Amino acid sequence: MPEVLKAPLVVEFPFTRSLGPVQSAFLTGLRERVVLGVRTRDGRTLVPPVEYDPVTAEEIRDLVEVAPTGTVTTWAWNHEPRRGQPLSSPFAWVLVRLDGADTALLHVLDAPGPDAVRTGMRVRVRWAEDRVGAITDIACFEPYDGDPAQPTGHSGEFEAPVTGIVAPARLDYTYSPGRAQTAYINALADRRAVGERCPSCRKVYVPPRGACPTCGVATSEQVEVGPAGTVTTFCIVNIKAKNLDIEVPYVYAHIALDGADLALHGRIGGIPYDQVRMGLRVEPVWTEGGRYPDHYRPTGEPDADYEIYKELL
Amino acid sequence: MTAVTRDIAVVAFAQSDVLRSTAEQSEVEMLMPVLHDVLDRTGLKTGDIGFTCSGSCDYLAGRAFSFTLALDGVGAWPPISESHVEMDGAWALYEAWTKLLSGDADTALVYSYGKSSPGSVRDVLTRQLDPYYVAPLWPDSVALAALQAQALIDAGDTDEPALAGIGARSRATDNTRAQLRGSVPQGDYVVRPLRTGDCPPVGDGAAAVILAAGERARELCSRPAWIRGIDHRIEAHGLGVRDLTDSPSTRLAAEKAGAFERPLDTAELHAPFSSQEVVLCKALGLDGNVRVNPSGGALAANPMMAAGLIRIGEAASRIHRGESDRALAHATSGPCLQQNLVAVLEGDPR
Ligand SMILES: [Zn+2]
Repeated sequence: MPEVLKAPLVVEFPFTRSLGPVQSAFLTGLRERVVLGVRTRDGRTLVPPVEYDPVTAEEIRDLVEVAPTGTVTTWAWNHEPRRGQPLSSPFAWVLVRLDGADTALLHVLDAPGPDAVRTGMRVRVRWAEDRVGAITDIACFEPYDGDPAQPTGHSGEFEAPVTGIVAPARLDYTYSPGRAQTAYINALADRRAVGERCPSCRKVYVPPRGACPTCGVATSEQVEVGPAGTVTTFCIVNIKAKNLDIEVPYVYAHIALDGADLALHGRIGGIPYDQVRMGLRVEPVWTEGGRYPDHYRPTGEPDADYEIYKELL
Repeated sequence: MTAVTRDIAVVAFAQSDVLRSTAEQSEVEMLMPVLHDVLDRTGLKTGDIGFTCSGSCDYLAGRAFSFTLALDGVGAWPPISESHVEMDGAWALYEAWTKLLSGDADTALVYSYGKSSPGSVRDVLTRQLDPYYVAPLWPDSVALAALQAQALIDAGDTDEPALAGIGARSRATDNTRAQLRGSVPQGDYVVRPLRTGDCPPVGDGAAAVILAAGERARELCSRPAWIRGIDHRIEAHGLGVRDLTDSPSTRLAAEKAGAFERPLDTAELHAPFSSQEVVLCKALGLDGNVRVNPSGGALAANPMMAAGLIRIGEAASRIHRGESDRALAHATSGPCLQQNLVAVLEGDPR
């Protein structure tokens, strides 16, 4: 078996989320070092506050301040902090029921070791220095042996309340393309386009994905196709993609390589964008060291007859 | 369930080996042999299937729309009646079951797969959490399960040796598809109080089930596993609102599925962490007369998005083979048993 191809793949995205009135008040409160809960009709105080009663689904808006001190209801010792977690040295995950609240808040506790943590221990909020209106405005909790702090009875009304959060997310993967695409990519490195034929319907797929989507069976017979092909359809791109060093407008096309039963896509160059047409005959253009064609350019042959490629649109 | 108008059964089940890595295969390459296997068991072809439903999650392997590529393995042309859930395949089975109940189809193919090896599943799963109050803290799946385990220990429901015993009993299975079998060291703390042996192995795998209604089921299987009821329920999403030592949603789903109407002989529970089996057994009132997880359960193999469907498939297979007459199958999703599905399966009297 050939060596498995691998490449790092990073999926990174900032989620911009708007806040409802209760979430806005809670997160703005954290910015101002005030912890707010929300009262349900039956008199329970939920911290962190939600906008709908988890039992009755009733809309709830009655904000009430609770103390920044509280009691650990359960904990778990994390000796190996992971990326993104609030503390970089070992810490305890904790659920904390703040004084005045009936439910518990998930956060972390800065403690010297697991022997210093127990359910029922008293803790207080350690505020972050820079606070923006986010759950991370609580830097962490810390052990506390004083009396419950007294809330000031804050109304939940603030100047310049936060109305949204931006939650960055990043996940790291090691991408492997699988058997069929590995063979395709390896052949491309030798400047050859190699598809796979379905044993049932005999269609040749380029690039191959390992299965015939019509028949639901594995493809395996390798078939070299191209290098030239026919533009079956195309579009003109007028918006410059981020990090893409190509002048707009340019043409992106479906190209049926000779011998293939499925069109692949690629950029068309070497011809003004407004002269590209269906049936145009093209060939790949390779750059030095490139593992795939940089683009396709006209071969100069007469255009292909529509009848030849009409099934490949 | 109140008025089940049509008898529907699991008539076939197939699954892949569950492996730590399947880097040499794409998702469809991993899935396709399982689809062929399950169809071969009934003699059906794709074109004979009335409805197809799948469960998977693009975040696991970081591949957008991977479920559409996986559909290549089904052979979806001419166009088939098809649906997908971004959930465990057990919920895809639920959708297929309702489709058959409605009379729109007589047979259904349900499949699911998960390829966790390209990413770090502990971190990937943080992205399913409340995006305002929880996800920004990146609490990984083991950390959240550990909070639940500590709550159980504090409540006197279990202790660390008992948890270790659950892992050891699970992996004593003879299931050749399982990723971990036999004696595995309990290991160090991953997040205390959970040790390596309390946590599921991370693995890639796929599973598929065929459902059929009424006489069609009897034609396709000598002893169909009749679905007497299925229900799924969810807890409040705030972890601090819940009693983590109990699972009222599982109990309610089981009640609605008819689990408590007559004794069970087998339960296939989807408990990714040893401590969660304690919660589930407590919620379901399972006693020593019920054989729990003869397949090894999720502590022996936990391919994400497939492990719940596998519980239903394993329970059904035991009925097919005459090793069970009435079995409960459970699937879970989300942190600390957030959402739970219960199916009750029965074989015809022997
Ligand atoms: Zn074919």
